Amino acid sequence: MKILGIDLGTTNSALAVADTEGAVRTQPIAQVTGPGEVAERPTLPSFLLLPSELEVPAAQLQLPWSGPLRYAVGTFARERGAELPHRLVSSAKSWLCNPAIDRTSQVLPFRGAQRELELEMEGGERVSPVNASARLLAHLRAAWDDANPDEPAAEQEVLITVPASFDPVARELTVVAAREAGLDRVTLLEEPQAAFYAYLAARGDAWRGDLAPGDVVLVCDVGGGTTDFSLIEITDDAGDLALERIAVGDHILLGGDNMDLALAALVGKELGRPLDALQQRALVHACRRAKELLLGDAAPASAPIAILGRGSKLVGGTLKAEVTRDQAERLLIDGFFPQVPADAQAARRRAGGLREIGLPYAHDPAITRHLAEFLARFSAGDRGRLPSHVLFNGGVMKAAKLKARVVELLTAWAGRDVRVLAGADLDLAVALGAAHYGQVRRGKGVRIRGGTARAYYIGIESAMPAIPGFAPPIKALCVAPQGLEEGQAVALPDDELGLVVGEIQTFRFFAAASRSGDEAGALIDADSDGLVELDPVEKLIASDGERVAGELVPVRLEAHVTEVGTLELWCVARDGGGRWKLEYSVRERG
Amino acid sequence: MGLAFACFFRVLFGKQLPPAAVALLPAPPPPSAATPEVRPPSPPAARPEPERPRASTAQHHRDGALALLALLQREGRLVDFLREPLDGFSDGEIGAAARDVHRGCRKVLDQHLTFEPVMPGAEEAKVSVPKGFDAAEIRLIGEARGEPPFRGTLRHHGWRVVDARLPALAEGIDRMVIAPAEVEL
Repeated sequence: MKILGIDLGTTNSALAVADTEGAVRTQPIAQVTGPGEVAERPTLPSFLLLPSELEVPAAQLQLPWSGPLRYAVGTFARERGAELPHRLVSSAKSWLCNPAIDRTSQVLPFRGAQRELELEMEGGERVSPVNASARLLAHLRAAWDDANPDEPAAEQEVLITVPASFDPVARELTVVAAREAGLDRVTLLEEPQAAFYAYLAARGDAWRGDLAPGDVVLVCDVGGGTTDFSLIEITDDAGDLALERIAVGDHILLGGDNMDLALAALVGKELGRPLDALQQRALVHACRRAKELLLGDAAPASAPIAILGRGSKLVGGTLKAEVTRDQAERLLIDGFFPQVPADAQAARRRAGGLREIGLPYAHDPAITRHLAEFLARFSAGDRGRLPSHVLFNGGVMKAAKLKARVVELLTAWAGRDVRVLAGADLDLAVALGAAHYGQVRRGKGVRIRGGTARAYYIGIESAMPAIPGFAPPIKALCVAPQGLEEGQAVALPDDELGLVVGEIQTFRFFAAASRSGDEAGALIDADSDGLVELDPVEKLIASDGERVAGELVPVRLEAHVTEVGTLELWCVARDGGGRWKLEYSVRERG
Repeated sequence: MGLAFACFFRVLFGKQLPPAAVALLPAPPPPSAATPEVRPPSPPAARPEPERPRASTAQHHRDGALALLALLQREGRLVDFLREPLDGFSDGEIGAAARDVHRGCRKVLDQHLTFEPVMPGAEEAKVSVPKGFDAAEIRLIGEARGEPPFRGTLRHHGWRVVDARLPALAEGIDRMVIAPAEVEL
């Protein structure tokens, strides 16, 4: 049985394959690249296009293994989708962890409340965030199956990466999407860990020379649309080196695309002429190239930018501009990676009364401020706990000057040298690392321990006399402590929890990333430091012959981290008369 | 099902070719291409493809060429560039546009084709044309006396496509339209 590693990325997805031992390699992915054209590419852009027949005929979207299709994923979906934004689903993964919408209802492409009120658009399908991710996975599966007809993906061991910051609901939904794509047996892995596994796979045994007990490695992953941080500590395990993931950051919707847009805005002003939508897009592309050139090694003093004429008159209509290295460095390095002190805090948007529902983009563009805040939270003032090494991942971190800025700041914050670990290809590392993790699970390599990155709590209403105008205060009961490992379960000490038969019972659900001291069963105030509310969990116990509606069943709670990598909460009747799994509610939150 | 796809282009996925397609692609060279010797074309390993109705070979030739042109136009605006009269534009203006056309067309070549010189070695250097050489691979300029090997000066090293990963083409699409009209609503 082969091992397939899937990087289900926000902007690009990738597929890698490995046997139990030996090298890990990537698998090119056949996809529609132009109207009626199919070719292989190293990655699959994570875009889903759902056009009407008038916009893109189905015959143009067929794949070698399909008939005419009403949708496309990949390169052509991204390119043509730029001209049909109302038909394009992008960042499907970020929608999976957005509690502002019901993630199983057909809300994508997202139009916002105003557009929804307008007349229904002709043609074109709408999908749920779960379904959008399922179609990306189904494409990867079909492309693999077409290239490897004797080893269908459904019969291989499949590992799918998710952001470390994904909450239990988003993890569960990823598994649901995989099932919808025909992948019944999957295991989840956190992306920054996957990047670290790719480093381990690339270095072989030499990594033991790179690191020593006490070292802390920062995995700094800045992709097109998201930024993700994790810390991995090297410990001594009876004379051998062991790895433990000790902290993960929040889901930050900020990345290379923001930088391209910022540069495009600067150059757009210089062109001194309004651009149409397609020229604007060409400008963003040109700015991405200029960014990579000017922030790379041996950067020239300036990069030319040309926007070709829109009509068939190409030379005559060309607009020219230039970005200097100075401009790019000021805007991109100082704007997105500014020099900040170790105690910097990312700016937060003040919650307005009314806000349009959409993706919760980061308000503060300074990636280094987000980083400082993350590190401060976990070092708690102890400089010795700050990272001694950094492993970069994500396309943005290819830029030599951005890497240098991050290293410079880490060095200043920790007051000692910080070394860079040489990783694999930054675009493909996560998929490669996922495949290597499959080998580790079969006993061929070192495993990163870590367990759940957060502790989880259930909201319990305190029993107190009703006071008009005051909701009863909520206590948070810790049901799963931080660091619960895959395959482990904890049962709570007995308490006074009861489920009412025949009613949907809803519990508020909280998580905390910085409360490693809370044991299972700890009862704290729900407004305690570090607690973040997630989607509620709920259960309906139907009345049957034995239980009658309205009956109160005393239960005890159990939390399991499944082999798949999801968190399950169970209610076990104390009279031994049954057990029920609490479901994550994915409905819209008011 | 792949039925709707021109089988010629199945090669691009590393699949076996139907015999009609073989003539369109150069035979792959052996791994070491150090000597410009004649290489017999290796016969395609036979995995029988089911018989399927398909358009004529001539049609496939034409569609393949048009698809490549469409690709160069889409990525590099090549047809726009070649069709536009350049009189009246300065070298600077042409240069600014040409850089983008070059980048786009180069990307198409890099993504879909792998090239190598037919004859390794520096141009303008002395080379030997071996006995039994293929006149389609090496073009002699001037009079050849006697039997090979011949001594001569390498003027152009030639280009050989060693790998063609052109897109698979769906049928039922009018390839004569290499760039659709664009109407913004």
